Amino acid sequence: MKHRFLIVGLLLLFGLSSVWAQTEPPVVDSMVVDSTELFPAAVSDVQVVDKPNDHGHAVIVTWETSADDGGGKNNVLRYEIFYSTSFDGPFDSVGAVPAGTGEFRHIGSKEPLDSAFVPDYTDLFYQIDAVTADPTIRTTSDVLGPVQCSGQWFNTGRIPVLVAVLIFGLLTAFFVLSAKRGKKLYVRPIGGIEAVDDAIGRATEMGRPILYVLGLGSAADVATIASFTILGRVAKRVAEYQTELIVPTYDPIVMSVAQEVVKSSYFDAGRPEDFKEDCVHFVTQSQFAYVAAVNGIMLRELPATCVYMGKFFAESLLLAETGSLAGSIQISGTDEIAQIPFFIVACDYTLIGEELYAASAYLGREPKLLGSLKAQDWAKAAFVALAIVGLLAANFEWFEFTTLFQVID
Amino acid sequence: MRQQIPLLITFIVGTLLIVSVFIPPFGDLETTFNIWFDIIAVFAFFLGGGNLLRVHINKLRKRKRDWGFSIVTIVGFLVMLIAGLFKIGNPGDIASAVDAPGSLFYDIFNSVQYPLSATMYSLLAFFVASASYRAFRAKNREATLLLIAAFIILLGRTPFGVMLTYWVPDSTSLLQIPNLAIWIMNSPNLAGQRAIMIGIGLGVISMSLRLILGIERSYLGGDK
Repeated sequence: MKHRFLIVGLLLLFGLSSVWAQTEPPVVDSMVVDSTELFPAAVSDVQVVDKPNDHGHAVIVTWETSADDGGGKNNVLRYEIFYSTSFDGPFDSVGAVPAGTGEFRHIGSKEPLDSAFVPDYTDLFYQIDAVTADPTIRTTSDVLGPVQCSGQWFNTGRIPVLVAVLIFGLLTAFFVLSAKRGKKLYVRPIGGIEAVDDAIGRATEMGRPILYVLGLGSAADVATIASFTILGRVAKRVAEYQTELIVPTYDPIVMSVAQEVVKSSYFDAGRPEDFKEDCVHFVTQSQFAYVAAVNGIMLRELPATCVYMGKFFAESLLLAETGSLAGSIQISGTDEIAQIPFFIVACDYTLIGEELYAASAYLGREPKLLGSLKAQDWAKAAFVALAIVGLLAANFEWFEFTTLFQVID
Repeated sequence: MRQQIPLLITFIVGTLLIVSVFIPPFGDLETTFNIWFDIIAVFAFFLGGGNLLRVHINKLRKRKRDWGFSIVTIVGFLVMLIAGLFKIGNPGDIASAVDAPGSLFYDIFNSVQYPLSATMYSLLAFFVASASYRAFRAKNREATLLLIAAFIILLGRTPFGVMLTYWVPDSTSLLQIPNLAIWIMNSPNLAGQRAIMIGIGLGVISMSLRLILGIERSYLGGDK
């Protein structure tokens, strides 16, 4: 009986409360008032300037974020940027940045027919909207401008790079001229390069071929070009010793260049009749299919020496370990930092980083090439000295020195 | 003459590209030259395919050692070429992508080439193990250092490493194995990598100057 009264009482309570809730018009009014209060504060201190050190057609817009961005009502979600060539509009959206951001780079196209074209030497006007989660609730800033963008003839942000290139160029010219005048230049020995001759001799004695892998780089990569020059020296020795050379390639252009390099080396060695065009051949442009093919050659032909020079990626260890299984002497060189440890572990000699580029000059022993090598060593010494001074300057807060080397893009 | 013209082209293009780094109106030159290179590279694919066929047909004709593999290569090459050229089984029209899902080209690529590549790549795990075994044998001082560093990093990246040294007080938190592993990677390892990168940067500039100035020309082959 008591339970019945309780249930009826609860039902009455719910009924009355629902009637009371429906007869509460002031709440609706206050909601309308609240929605107008949801509009965020506009951005302030907006500045528009031409983007420096570029070819024009670009403007940098900066502003102080809205008071409701990260504070106040905290309801700003993003800022939308609009631009027009007239103060009165119409304004077109050119992009948006998330809340908390106070800068937008309007990089336009320089092609007049492109929809993103931004004209140079024309008045441009900007507006910034502080937008909430509901895109209809937004606050637009005042119209800003005019600003005109234009191109510059020199990128002053890259002056430190220009100075470094000029100094290095002058150093190279100085040492090349010194070498041409007959000055003896000492170049530190590089173990991996000195081993090349021994490795070719070993192949001759064993009557087994030499495998030369140019890597996965294209003919436009500096590492591959360096590898061509080393291939030229190796091929010349191979021709002199009448050993077999196998060069499987990954790229058809690399194949064509390598064929020319090997052919000319056989000519230089006075044995053009020994040159076989098929010794340099194309395999495939699929990374792991290439590895499978080269590994197959290694295990079938059992080369006495494997040389890996150029650009290598995940295949470096697959190749070098298979070469090791085949019992070959292995010499490697790459400028891919991630692959250097694999080569060091699996090969007998490894040219680390810049030694790959030095190899051709070192093997050639031509004074002009050795001169550039000497300049490279001096530049490296200068970098070490600058790094030490920079370390001290940063620790002692001597920022005049550290900012000297800052490159601004 | 066969060397002079390429050397002249190398000098002009190289100099222009260096200048374009500092002169903003020339900033798009690199993209333009890359497009030209890509156009030339397309023709080289005929060269590559032709060479592949020639080498393997020669091998087959002369019944050289392992000539059976050449049959597989030639058949594989021709089947893919025909499947791609004639868009066999391609659900779209002539303008559709050569590797559209459902085409013979797509099916062969995904059923044969893709798993074979994955197999080759997975071999890397075993090769890493065998190479690590050789590298970490403490034969000399450097190899011992390598072994210790590798051991700390391996341990520092496992829950066991955390468990071993969690009791080390915060004042000496560097001695906790995970923190020690992070320190090795971020300090000595990164410093070494940056040193190599500076060397590579100088090497690239030096090599580029040699090429632009025509000092290094062995990549052009001979005059013969």
